[in-house]
Amino acid sequence: MNQLFSQDKLNIINVGLKGFGQDAMSQGAVVKQVEWKPVAGGRKDIIEALDKVEPLAEKIKEANETVVSRMKAAKPVLVGMDLALNVVPEMTEHTILHAGPPIAWENMCGPMKGAVIGAVLFEGLAADDEEAVKLIESGAIKFDPCHEHKAVGPMAGVLSAHMPVHIVKNETNGDYAYCSINEGLGKVLRFGAYSKEVLDRLAFLRDEFMPVMQKALALTDGIDIKLITAQALQMGDECHNRNKAATSLFYKQISQLILETDCEKAAIQKTLSFIAGNDHYFLNLSMPACKLITEAGQNVPYATIVSTMARNGVEFGIKVSGIGTGEWFDYASNYIEGLYFPGYSKEDANPDIGDSAITETTGIGGMSMAGAPAIVQFVGGDVEDAFNTTKRMYGITTDINAAYAIPNMNFKGAPMGIDMLKVIESGVLPVINTGIAHKEAGIGQIGAGIVNPPMECFYQALLAYVKKYA
Amino acid sequence: MKNILVIRKNTYFDSVTLMSLSEELKKLDEAENVMVTMATAMNKELLQKEQLADASIEACTENDLVIAAKVLDEVEEEDFIGLVDEKLKGDKASGEKEEEVYATIKQAKAADEDANMVVISVPGEHAAREAKIAVENGMNVMLFSDNVTLEEERSLKELAHEKELLVMGPDCGTAMINGIGLCFANKVAAGDIGIVGASGTGMQEIMVLIDRYGCGISNAIGVGGRDLKEAIGGIMMLDGLHMLEADEKTKVIVIVSKVPDEAVEQKLLEVIERDITKPVVIYYTTDEKKTTDLKKVVFADSLLCAAQKACELSSGKKPEEKMQQIAKFEQFADTQKYIRGLYCGGTVCAEAYYYLKQKADEVYSNVTKDKEHMLADVFKSQGHTLLDLGDDFFTTGRAHPMIDPTIRLSRIKEECEDPECAVILLDFEIGYGSNENPAGTTIDVIREGMELAKARGREIKFVTYVLGTDADMQNKRQQEKQLAECGCLIAESNLEAVKMACRLIGLEE
Repeated sequence: MNQLFSQDKLNIINVGLKGFGQDAMSQGAVVKQVEWKPVAGGRKDIIEALDKVEPLAEKIKEANETVVSRMKAAKPVLVGMDLALNVVPEMTEHTILHAGPPIAWENMCGPMKGAVIGAVLFEGLAADDEEAVKLIESGAIKFDPCHEHKAVGPMAGVLSAHMPVHIVKNETNGDYAYCSINEGLGKVLRFGAYSKEVLDRLAFLRDEFMPVMQKALALTDGIDIKLITAQALQMGDECHNRNKAATSLFYKQISQLILETDCEKAAIQKTLSFIAGNDHYFLNLSMPACKLITEAGQNVPYATIVSTMARNGVEFGIKVSGIGTGEWFDYASNYIEGLYFPGYSKEDANPDIGDSAITETTGIGGMSMAGAPAIVQFVGGDVEDAFNTTKRMYGITTDINAAYAIPNMNFKGAPMGIDMLKVIESGVLPVINTGIAHKEAGIGQIGAGIVNPPMECFYQALLAYVKKYA
Repeated sequence: MKNILVIRKNTYFDSVTLMSLSEELKKLDEAENVMVTMATAMNKELLQKEQLADASIEACTENDLVIAAKVLDEVEEEDFIGLVDEKLKGDKASGEKEEEVYATIKQAKAADEDANMVVISVPGEHAAREAKIAVENGMNVMLFSDNVTLEEERSLKELAHEKELLVMGPDCGTAMINGIGLCFANKVAAGDIGIVGASGTGMQEIMVLIDRYGCGISNAIGVGGRDLKEAIGGIMMLDGLHMLEADEKTKVIVIVSKVPDEAVEQKLLEVIERDITKPVVIYYTTDEKKTTDLKKVVFADSLLCAAQKACELSSGKKPEEKMQQIAKFEQFADTQKYIRGLYCGGTVCAEAYYYLKQKADEVYSNVTKDKEHMLADVFKSQGHTLLDLGDDFFTTGRAHPMIDPTIRLSRIKEECEDPECAVILLDFEIGYGSNENPAGTTIDVIREGMELAKARGREIKFVTYVLGTDADMQNKRQQEKQLAECGCLIAESNLEAVKMACRLIGLEE
């Protein structure tokens, strides 16, 4: 028998006309208002696909819980630094890795092309940019996404054989992930600059910075990146677009180790001031840590949790745990809504670029914006908006990650495990905090703001999922 | 244009704060360019590139704040810096706290595990899917949306039946569950009369009459107009009956509906005989005389009669209903022979139609399928016409006339211009969901219509009925006052309204 009358109260979910909810509320009913929009904009194929997936709900729930528990169990620790060639899987002298889903040279955006030329010059494979382009066009360079090599890179994300990388290890499952060293702001390779100043800095990182760091890191069992992230989230960072606190916390630990090494004072000074001078240093530690967390949840059958979000400056690509590591679902990258540095405007902007959305994939960055209210000003919002953004993100994620408590949310944990089904059903997209790159190579960052992945990526993933399971 | 350049040593502000501040100031008419920034190397370079500062800022460090602007000559530096300082305080009035909203039913359910009813009023083509999600997540449904297919309705109701849940509707306008009125509903007293109905305004009329007679409502379940069709089989009518039978608060059950398909009607009586111990009052909108051997079943021949019988069973005494004594109106012109009922409520229109049909020939309506009495053209009255303006003919692409009276207003004028029209019958549903002041939005047109007829030597009588209670937000008495002031006659029930109209033209005494 229906228990409605014996429940003796009415708790309503009102879908549609608001007045019906308000009237019921005025009579003392508890009412939750659903801001209804046609599911998937009314797209028949997607609605059908959702209906086909519905009977799998129990299996999906179980699978997603497995994914999230593995993500939570991950313990990423910085254990060392080395040249990409020595540690990154399947790296060769002629391989150049880049951000986002696969892309051919001729289709790359300005900043990525610039960064690739820079990498060719840095590797000494060409004498000047013309020669570099010739070499690239000859097919001598093999391009591949960082993500396919256990690596991640911010912005253009370009990584070549003799660039140093952070080595981060998941102590729970022994997996590794790699990421370049953050070069700072201004003219930098990741925005496509390849002037002498840029190449000199890369050489400094390889020849002077790395040896000091290697010695320092040899003195420790590792620096716990998850712990720093957790602390920084309580200090106003979201560990994607704001890394001030995290970089400082990292500096506190690494500086002690560096001072314990037998390195020359000058080398120590240069190394320390490089880290101290770049508030985003920690980004290139946050990213590989997040890569390890998402990798831990990859390839769980039936899981609908998004395991990768990455952009190559032309296309935005996602991967979904249950569909498997092999498949990218791509669609044209969006432009970023945000604030521009003086002298620049939207016309100068490149579409969304970089692997750094891996942070949002684990639930920090834009997903945890409530913890970093300073960020919300990029889009002219107020603290309340930051708070509401994170609140919305709980609606598209699977669980709450208690390890990352957000003070402004009353120390509620960060949202974790973006569920593609919830994204599609609700029409609410993950929120990504990110920098804006100039569309021309070498000009650099021209602003920062907020962006969403294209919904189409999720649609394509759903259709592939249905093909595989339903 | 002139430059303003102020440097504050060792004054730190967050760079993002400063960027958004600069953006805001740049929008001022008196400023061409503004950069409020920390003097980092990159910013110093930019300041010079933008010609907002000269090489003198090279001496600044990244802990120094630079306020640089290019402004109209008449701008006082002091005022401008004052404005910047004001904005740097960040003392923005904080906005209204945003109401909690959810994007999906599942999200809302996650936020309230106790949610037990989902009210759905989204466009029909999407409604069934949302309803299914609600049922699958263990909740009852009030499906206000129309344009749900019969197949969808059937599979939804079968699923709900299996899960022991209610799906009220589609096209269900009225319900009262655990003391809460849903969608179109009136504030009525709580009591021991339970209703299960396939008709919105019919249920409303019975509820307000019961309230007026001093009795009250336990629960009222709307099942949707098609529930008693053979294709649906009365799934929810039967489940609703069983629920009211089990409901401790319910002593008397009222059923209101169009005449069910034969097989369903048979099944309904069988179920009552087998499973229901409480007395049942049934009103079908028909003039067919219904009888049964079942002692616990009473058939009523009007909504009013159903309400009276229910109250009698509930309280033990029959409510008194005194008819207003009005006489035939003798001043009608010779051409003025007919009653024109312009109804917002479908079932109240039907109640009037079946009454009038017994009293007069030439009765036409769009609530009947009877060919002889079906209106040839719903946009044109013929003979006595009782029109349901909530019909799909009128509501496609617009709000129901209970919410938006526009369609009825123009029809009132047309009737006033028709020399054959003598009496205009109007219903005014008030309560939750309805127009905020239905009488108020209509009286101007009533006056105009009266004038218009008078100019042609005719007098038109308006008989009006306000369906609601004094507790309703629109206030029944207040509504009636407005109508009486412009010369309308006020009926105490929908049935009385049509009876008064009959008396005015001499169809009964």
